[in-house]
Amino acid sequence: MFISVGLVSFGGGYAVIPMIQYEVTEKGWLTAAEFQQTVALAGMAPGSIATNAATLIGYETAGYLGAAVSTAGIIIPSLIVVVLLSAFFYRLHDNPWLKSSLYGLRPVTTGLILYAAIHFGLSNEGAAITWGIVPTLLISGVCLYLLLKHKLHPLLLLIVAGAAGIVLF
Amino acid sequence: MEIMRDRIKGLKHKFKLLNQLFWTFFRIGPSTFGGGYAMLPIIEREVVSKKKWMQEDEIGELISLAGSAPGGVGVNAAAIIGHRQAGVAGAVSAVIGVTCPTFLIVILISIFAMVFRNQPKVEAALKGMNGAIIALILMAAYRMAKYSVFDRTTAIAALATVSVLLFAGVHPLYLIALGLLCGMTVIRIKLRLGLRARTEKQTATGSPSELEYYI
Repeated sequence: MFISVGLVSFGGGYAVIPMIQYEVTEKGWLTAAEFQQTVALAGMAPGSIATNAATLIGYETAGYLGAAVSTAGIIIPSLIVVVLLSAFFYRLHDNPWLKSSLYGLRPVTTGLILYAAIHFGLSNEGAAITWGIVPTLLISGVCLYLLLKHKLHPLLLLIVAGAAGIVLF
Repeated sequence: MEIMRDRIKGLKHKFKLLNQLFWTFFRIGPSTFGGGYAMLPIIEREVVSKKKWMQEDEIGELISLAGSAPGGVGVNAAAIIGHRQAGVAGAVSAVIGVTCPTFLIVILISIFAMVFRNQPKVEAALKGMNGAIIALILMAAYRMAKYSVFDRTTAIAALATVSVLLFAGVHPLYLIALGLLCGMTVIRIKLRLGLRARTEKQTATGSPSELEYYI
């Protein structure tokens, strides 16, 4: 299953988060709330969030073996594509078909990432949408400011946000 | 006999190279908090100045290639460098090397999480981190938008993607396929109509400001 996710993770991982969520909740491995906790944890480790989330989900559903299998699953497709690309790159570099398909692909990826943010913020189980979402949005607003203006390191950002969470919730 | 000895020598050399690839990327692996782009300056230092596996001017090409393939940029960069050095086996050992440390750290985190997950303080902290994750994702979207959305067609495509996902629940895979097809057809049509759409893309992607070593 993570092979299909890995294959489409153009744009460095964030775009696939809704896709992972879709697959994982559909299969009944995790609930939406558990999934959010998992992604928060995945952000704390080095490396791409999507790969880490895959490892975590694999571990939670099937132990060490599960972790190894899902990590391999999410990496192998990109490994294959990269090896193929780098083998043929010199010929393909200026290929108009490749360029025009990337032209169409990039805005879609942008949309996917944006959707990932919205979806991640709002999937807090329907009922609590009005009240429970406010502090979360507050935190993400402040975080966005810190990222844009002060270029805060992502790990520091997570720690600050965790502390804020303890205070607010 | 001679051939055998040569072959064994070659194998030894190759094994040594694979070993080097693995450990180099094993060291680079943990430095990538917040996603692969943070890894690139370190890869540059290790691979260009220390190991001399690549020339300075090849790095730009490496980054653009790693960024346009699916998957994390750091993993892709490792795969490309490994492939250049020692073929498919090189790519595999570099990727395993870059993944291993993260994998172990994630397993550790997940053991901790299982022990502490039901404590209210930990749950509150995780909830707070959700806010930070949202900000990180928005940041990634903003950075992606800066060089992918530059004319009316791409703006419409990005907005359409968000709204279709929000209101129709289509599997993202179809949208990606659709995006690829649309890109090809739109460029085709524009070319047929009179060649003027072509340059817009050039000015946007040709700018060197893509190299933001962050996240």
